[in-house]
Amino acid sequence: MRSNSGYMIKYVAKRLLLMVFTFFVIATICFVLIKLLPLPAIKEMGRDVEIILKRREAMGYNQPIMVQYVRYWSHVFKGDLGLGEQIYTGQEVTKVIFQKIPYTIVVNLYSILMAIPLGLSLGIYAALKKNKWQDSLISTAVMICISVPSYVYAFLVQYFICYKTGWFPLTASSREGVSFFSWQMFVSMFPAVLSLAFGTVAALCRFSRAELSEVLTGDYMLLARTKGLTKAQSITRHAMKLAMVPILPMLLGEFIGILGGSLVIENIFAIPGIGNLFVTSINLRDYNFYMALTLFYTLIDLVAALVIDLSYGFIDPRIKMGAK
Amino acid sequence: MSNLNMNNLPEIDKSLLTPAKREGKISDKKLETKALGYFADAFKRFRKNKSSMVAAIIIILLLLFSILVPFVSPYDVTFRDGYYKTCLPRCEAFAWAGWDGCGKQTESQAGYDYYSSIGYELDDPSVEKVYGSFIDENTGKSYYNLYVNSYKKVGFVYCDLSEDEYIALKDYQNQTGIQVIYPMPANYKMDYMSVSNGANLWYELADESATTSGESAHHDENGNPIFVPKYKMSEKENAAKYDSLKLSSDTGADGLWYCYAVKNQTGYKVRVLYSEYYNYKNGTYASFLFGSNQHGQDIFVCLAIGARLSFILAISVSIINFIIGIIYGSIEGYYGGLADLIMERVSDVLNSVPFIVVATLFQLHLAQKVGPLVSLLFAFVATGWLGIAYRVRTQFYRFKNQEYILAARTLGARDGRLIFRHILPNSLGTIITGTILIIPGVIFSESMLSYLGIISLETSGLTSIGTMLSNGQSCISTFPHIIAFPAAFIALLEISFNLFGNGLRDAFNPTLRGSEE
Repeated sequence: MRSNSGYMIKYVAKRLLLMVFTFFVIATICFVLIKLLPLPAIKEMGRDVEIILKRREAMGYNQPIMVQYVRYWSHVFKGDLGLGEQIYTGQEVTKVIFQKIPYTIVVNLYSILMAIPLGLSLGIYAALKKNKWQDSLISTAVMICISVPSYVYAFLVQYFICYKTGWFPLTASSREGVSFFSWQMFVSMFPAVLSLAFGTVAALCRFSRAELSEVLTGDYMLLARTKGLTKAQSITRHAMKLAMVPILPMLLGEFIGILGGSLVIENIFAIPGIGNLFVTSINLRDYNFYMALTLFYTLIDLVAALVIDLSYGFIDPRIKMGAK
Repeated sequence: MSNLNMNNLPEIDKSLLTPAKREGKISDKKLETKALGYFADAFKRFRKNKSSMVAAIIIILLLLFSILVPFVSPYDVTFRDGYYKTCLPRCEAFAWAGWDGCGKQTESQAGYDYYSSIGYELDDPSVEKVYGSFIDENTGKSYYNLYVNSYKKVGFVYCDLSEDEYIALKDYQNQTGIQVIYPMPANYKMDYMSVSNGANLWYELADESATTSGESAHHDENGNPIFVPKYKMSEKENAAKYDSLKLSSDTGADGLWYCYAVKNQTGYKVRVLYSEYYNYKNGTYASFLFGSNQHGQDIFVCLAIGARLSFILAISVSIINFIIGIIYGSIEGYYGGLADLIMERVSDVLNSVPFIVVATLFQLHLAQKVGPLVSLLFAFVATGWLGIAYRVRTQFYRFKNQEYILAARTLGARDGRLIFRHILPNSLGTIITGTILIIPGVIFSESMLSYLGIISLETSGLTSIGTMLSNGQSCISTFPHIIAFPAAFIALLEISFNLFGNGLRDAFNPTLRGSEE
């Protein structure tokens, strides 16, 4: 590790710089493209045209795009992403986003907390029973679950679990003032959690099965058995440890992905989260929200990719990052 | 060339050297067995993979479905029937299996009376079967479990016809002997408008005072309603201010007359049996294989047209991406160095933009100019080729330093020949697999975007699976069939494409040859 750390710091710095560069390029392209769009028409009754025009003037919407661009970034560094115009009119974009994020996080957190143990244990079980009927059963189910789009699960969950049994509400009613980790909240979010979990379980199961079954064929497994370890010992001490090397970064990525959430699932179950806000901002043409959330999503993707890549180096001592 | 003389060989007079004459063709010994080409081999091995073969057949069937159905079906996307809305799926051939357009309903006494009255005068009520009844313990009211035919539920409707249309309809009735126009309720004169929506409220429950028994006068001992006609009038024929179409069997023995049409400013208002009127208008009775949605559209044909749109979009996207990806990836991989570095940064940036952002930006900028579909195509192409380019680049890095490339280069092959003749064919298998796997991805993303309402195809007279899903979403608990068919279609499609892609990948991987047996 000693000789590794020098490379490591350099490599991490290089990757970070690259990430910041990519982020800026994307932000610039998106900003210009959004600014080129015509501003939404002021057609709603009861809204004072004069005031809106004056506010647009004050916001600098009539200035050249370059000026607006510089202005935008100087505001962003102060934590100001603008005000809502078509939705949440007059409210700060950052504030609204921070109000919405907890809903998204709660749903996704429950779903991966449910999916990880289930997915991993199914995958490990399938790998241990490779080419037996249990394996083919799990593999077939995984194949189906991975292919079917998540909204199809959502419809099935909504119809059979919410409507037919009546145990859960059809859509998650946003309960003001209810704690995010209360039972009440869990019940109203459960259908969405379940629909999200299907795909994650399947993906984790397939991945862990593939990794573990590859590890199990290694010569060192045979050696472990010949030196006298029982099958269970050799699997828990050697095989699992090695199989976890690629699995852990994947889990990390899943955890970062919590923030992003799922546009469709949030829409179907009317969860007042980030995804829902994004879709609303697109459909109602609120460009401040749209731009802010575009930055947000881009950043999540970039950070997730970076963390996954770097985590390999931390988890697996055999990988020397940046070493030639 | 300057290297040639590096050993300081003595200069030899060129005229002394003559090229060796090659007589006949020099070739390797011909193989004794039949040569098996790359694609033939891949196909042979693909055929052995049962699940992939099944998937391929399903994909072909779904493709045929989407191509053929719009030609065969009597309906199209623009077809919207104002009355046959949310009809349940019906297929004449499989009616015995429950595919009969009937649905279970639990109704109160009033609901039961209402559904029984529809079609009562034809002796063909919309209630096909009563399969149980219960009494609510709290309220003491009785409820019925009914099996209601969703097509007969429409029953009678009022219809405004012009004079010509009315005459044509009368002629049709006289020629075929099929009765389309039925008598109107007696209170046409009193309050014409108030009954305009109630063409089905034709019979009323028997009046209590009219019976002698005194008990359960509206209903018999089983709870079945007793109806009396509501349409008889004591007016004389010539006293009525309307044209009446009178069938010979309609003699009012008790001196009462029926009215068949009410004259208004533009023509006639008539009460028609909608199923027969529909047949008169469209030449066929309404029957929707997959039911109809809440706009009265046939789901079967909408699904086919939506799927066709998805297929066209997906296939053109994958072809364009294939071409762009190959060109970009080849240049990157073959030349390497600075070109590769710059091009990789470009793809890095493009790859990091969330697809939904790309799609919406294209939609917001181009949808007005070139239509939502074309702008969606652009969005898919904008970032879709990255995957292919990446694969191609990897393959080039794998092959470009191998000996056979060096040999070809030594023999004087140019860059173009090396790229297209020697390197690309080697990596074609994985590239084709990647290209085909773009198709389910595009179909999924398109359905997601149109489901979320980010692209709206309906304004351009199109439909897509996503639009149908969002239509069905709003009434998932009452009419699940509207969402079930598109959802099942897309699920089947995605599963098949995944299986097909897996099989294809294995078949194109020569290292797996012989390992399957």
